[in-house]
Amino acid sequence: MTRGAMPGDRAFSAGTANALELRGVTKTFGALSALVDVTITIGPGEKRAVLGSNGAGKTTLFNCITGDFLPSAGAIRFFGEDITSAPAHERIRRGLRRTYQISLLFAGLSVIDNVYLACKGVARGRFSLLRPSRREAVMESAEELVRTVRLEDSRDVKVSDLSYGQQRQLEIAMALSGAPRFILFDEPAAGLSPGERQDLVGILKGLPSHMGYIIIEHDMDVALQVSESVTMMHNGRIFKEGKPAEIEDDEEVQELYLGGGNA
Amino acid sequence: MRVNPAYWVAGAVLLILPAFASDFVLYQLFGWTFILGMIALSLMFLAGYGGMVSLAQMTVAGVAGYMVAIFGESAITDISQGWPWYVSIPLALLIAALFATATGWLADRTEGIYTIMITLAIAAAFFYFFNQNYVIFNGFSGFNGVLPPELFGVNWRDPIAFYYLTLFWAAAWYFGAIYVSRSPFGLALQGIRDNPRRMAALGYHVTAHKVAAYAVAAFPAAVGGILLTWQSAQISPGTAGIGPAIDILIVAVIGGIGHPVGAFIGAFIYVILKTFAIDLIVFVGLGSERFRLLIGLGFLAVVFWSPDGVLGLWEKLKRSRGLNPLLRKAGRRP
Repeated sequence: MTRGAMPGDRAFSAGTANALELRGVTKTFGALSALVDVTITIGPGEKRAVLGSNGAGKTTLFNCITGDFLPSAGAIRFFGEDITSAPAHERIRRGLRRTYQISLLFAGLSVIDNVYLACKGVARGRFSLLRPSRREAVMESAEELVRTVRLEDSRDVKVSDLSYGQQRQLEIAMALSGAPRFILFDEPAAGLSPGERQDLVGILKGLPSHMGYIIIEHDMDVALQVSESVTMMHNGRIFKEGKPAEIEDDEEVQELYLGGGNA
Repeated sequence: MRVNPAYWVAGAVLLILPAFASDFVLYQLFGWTFILGMIALSLMFLAGYGGMVSLAQMTVAGVAGYMVAIFGESAITDISQGWPWYVSIPLALLIAALFATATGWLADRTEGIYTIMITLAIAAAFFYFFNQNYVIFNGFSGFNGVLPPELFGVNWRDPIAFYYLTLFWAAAWYFGAIYVSRSPFGLALQGIRDNPRRMAALGYHVTAHKVAAYAVAAFPAAVGGILLTWQSAQISPGTAGIGPAIDILIVAVIGGIGHPVGAFIGAFIYVILKTFAIDLIVFVGLGSERFRLLIGLGFLAVVFWSPDGVLGLWEKLKRSRGLNPLLRKAGRRP
């Protein structure tokens, strides 16, 4: 797809091209190799979990995909388009979103205002001095997202008064704003209570089937419930790929992952 | 929509105040409170919503006051153009807004303490410029005889008329600020205050938004500057000097920058202190020139006990008792 393509082309390319392709992506920081020759192909609408111990290179992988870092070698294609060296905001405009491990929310504003701002960022009228009406399309999509992440009861609560789990839910709503095509979830279950983890699983399972994602997650239970395929990483390399059930039963994986992160 | 009963009470009291209050109270205490409040509101808008502490808002007010004197009528007929009010006032507002926009554009390259420094530098530079330029600004003596137009046959410097004039504009900017705070522009400004990098990642042009905030905030300050000029019928460099620039910061901080009402609460406290501090200082046996001591101590006390100003104290009281202290009944929990 070229830059001048019509919006209608999106659905077409989404149906044919892979959502995300990484070919031999390598990232070195001085002598440290954070990613080594990583090749991953994620089909349209595919939900992938990336597992691995601390330092396995999972977050570096996200940073390369979103453009926070440029890879030292290799290529990244997003819906067939080469984005290896595209700036971060270009990737956002093409429909890529991510959540962060540390919440980057607007602490002084309410839930609905946070989501509204996220939706308004790619819409017109950002400088308007007139209050939005409830029927404004952007406001309606913001309300819809607040319901999607089950925060409708906290709609008018200031972010600084939300529980940690609610902040994580809001983080997801922000990532879902502006019609994303692919989302990177960075440890969304970290710090959540067992009940909140089940809510999170419900939210992720409720996403439309065409909306693919990668989820980095330490909680195997959550990761395997919400993914169709799993990539195991170790020391910056792809260690194993497979279906959730295969990974769960794999002895090597169990030793590496469940036998303590330092294996 | 539920309206806080405090609004009705405050509104009713302010509307019928001229029935009891003396000319001094109306013209000096309340007129001045509303004017200072408007200028402080301009700072509150930038600092409270946008996280930008500008010390140049008094200079914006001063520019508007000077422009009305220069384009309208004054006793300095060599300089004043004597154009009608419907030309001179819009022109004054426009020039003040352009000045504020340029200030914002300069200040945007900085953050935090450096914004304060660069806006203070702008305020100082313009004080000396007004002071030393005789061709346009008539130097040290400035302009006197700057009177409001006799619109609708009213003498707007009559205490009661002036009271209602300043009350009207204070209320207009107050409700305007509250309205705009919930608009896309106002929300984006608060988003930039909380997390500018995330805002940029969401697709907002952070610099453009911040500069536009200076332009929007110029209007309450400019109207305040014009009213201030009419109140004393004169404007001179001292009106917008470094002292008054810092006083506006003091007013905003005493009241609290979390909500527009703080600007007016702070202005009222400042005006009361400044008007009566001399009597109090003399009463306790100190020289009358020491009245600033009391203002300084009041400022220190507020900052020490409540960094969020009087508004912050109010919130603390509410939280600690779980009550609305005004109504003495259970308030809505956040």
